[in-house]
Amino acid sequence: MIGFVLILRRELRLAWRGGTDAIIAVVFFVLAAVLFPFGVGTDPGMLPRIGGGIIWVVALLAAMLSLERMFAGDYEDGSLDLLYLSPVALGTLALAKATAHWLTTGVLLLVAAPVLALLYNLPGEAIGALAASMLLGTPVLSLVGGIGAALTLGARRGGVLLALLILPLYIPVLIFGAGAIDGAVAGRPIGPQLMVLGGFLLAALALAPWATAAALRQAIE
Amino acid sequence: MQGLTTHNLACIRGERAVFASLDLAVKPGRALLLSGANGSGKSSLLRVLAGLLPAAEGRIAWEGEDIAGDPDAHRARTAYVGHADPLKPSLTASENLAFWGRLYGLEPQTEAALHQFSIAGLADVPTRYLSAGQKRRVNLARLAVGQNSKAGPMLWLLDEPATGLDPGAVSMLANTILAHLSNEGVAIVSTHGGRLDELLDGKADHFSISARGS
Repeated sequence: MIGFVLILRRELRLAWRGGTDAIIAVVFFVLAAVLFPFGVGTDPGMLPRIGGGIIWVVALLAAMLSLERMFAGDYEDGSLDLLYLSPVALGTLALAKATAHWLTTGVLLLVAAPVLALLYNLPGEAIGALAASMLLGTPVLSLVGGIGAALTLGARRGGVLLALLILPLYIPVLIFGAGAIDGAVAGRPIGPQLMVLGGFLLAALALAPWATAAALRQAIE
Repeated sequence: MQGLTTHNLACIRGERAVFASLDLAVKPGRALLLSGANGSGKSSLLRVLAGLLPAAEGRIAWEGEDIAGDPDAHRARTAYVGHADPLKPSLTASENLAFWGRLYGLEPQTEAALHQFSIAGLADVPTRYLSAGQKRRVNLARLAVGQNSKAGPMLWLLDEPATGLDPGAVSMLANTILAHLSNEGVAIVSTHGGRLDELLDGKADHFSISARGS
């Protein structure tokens, strides 16, 4: 537990001192989402229908931007060896890294998403559904993304490989996240979608750190 | 035989045997200086001893007990210094040092540790602004943090620790290692000869990996 807090605090401090690196993901998120209406036209009837899906797809891509660096810095400067040799379990390290990634990426996406929802003229209930689905979904992106970040350590063109590995795994989150918003737009109950997302989050919390730890062990050897 | 012993140790990297049937014995209070050409397996041996790499064959024992029996205890007694300096450029020297100290459950008296390597004046400087030699000193100060703590690591595995150090810093490193040895510690140090070997001479045994071949 102390190890978790120490690593999390270090990651947040690094993100804070890193300055602009931390906000690149959210800037990309806003920019990319703003681009779509220019491409598909501004038919006021269409934007609310496609808005939820677009915001979720762009959120997936934005979350991926900063994934590659989750373990890369520690791998390159030998910190990963020392983290492995420390009394802190690799699973705890993976959980702390994913938490830090969520706090520095997912939370910012969560804050920016309602603003984009207004841009797409989403109704009030849909904005609530968007916020709720992103609250449950973005931690899954960080947790599952950690597996990919660990697996691609030391690989050439790791960023591309990471996208190929991880994007398919993000599809369930996308389906139920966008589904919740569509449901809210159409006036259907969104409870089932949110419960499935909650289930994904619990499963990711239990399994992802363990899988990430196994991948990290491979990278160290 | 107490201290660190290996029996018939072998390491395979990418289907190539780096070394095989290696029998080492280092008594408490002694250092082992590893020499050998580039690629002869010094780093691999240190990584195997640290538990970072699995041994393909053979066993490693501490005080006569196989380390595979209790890997956590082995990690707790090991201090490893590799090729790279695990320092974050945006953190200060003392922040970097304090993080590693706390993570290992040591008392992070960073000022004393930095003082031991004559870089106390750089404690509040982000390591981005330090030279290669200064970064190495901060990295080596981790050893001093362990030394100044109760129940610090007893087994030091140092992979070419003198790289990039000026002669003054090499003596500081040698003094730190000698203090560790006089405390019944064990140190295994890979070197390419030079001043560190001379300074440790009375307390050290030599072992050349390349002489064995594989």
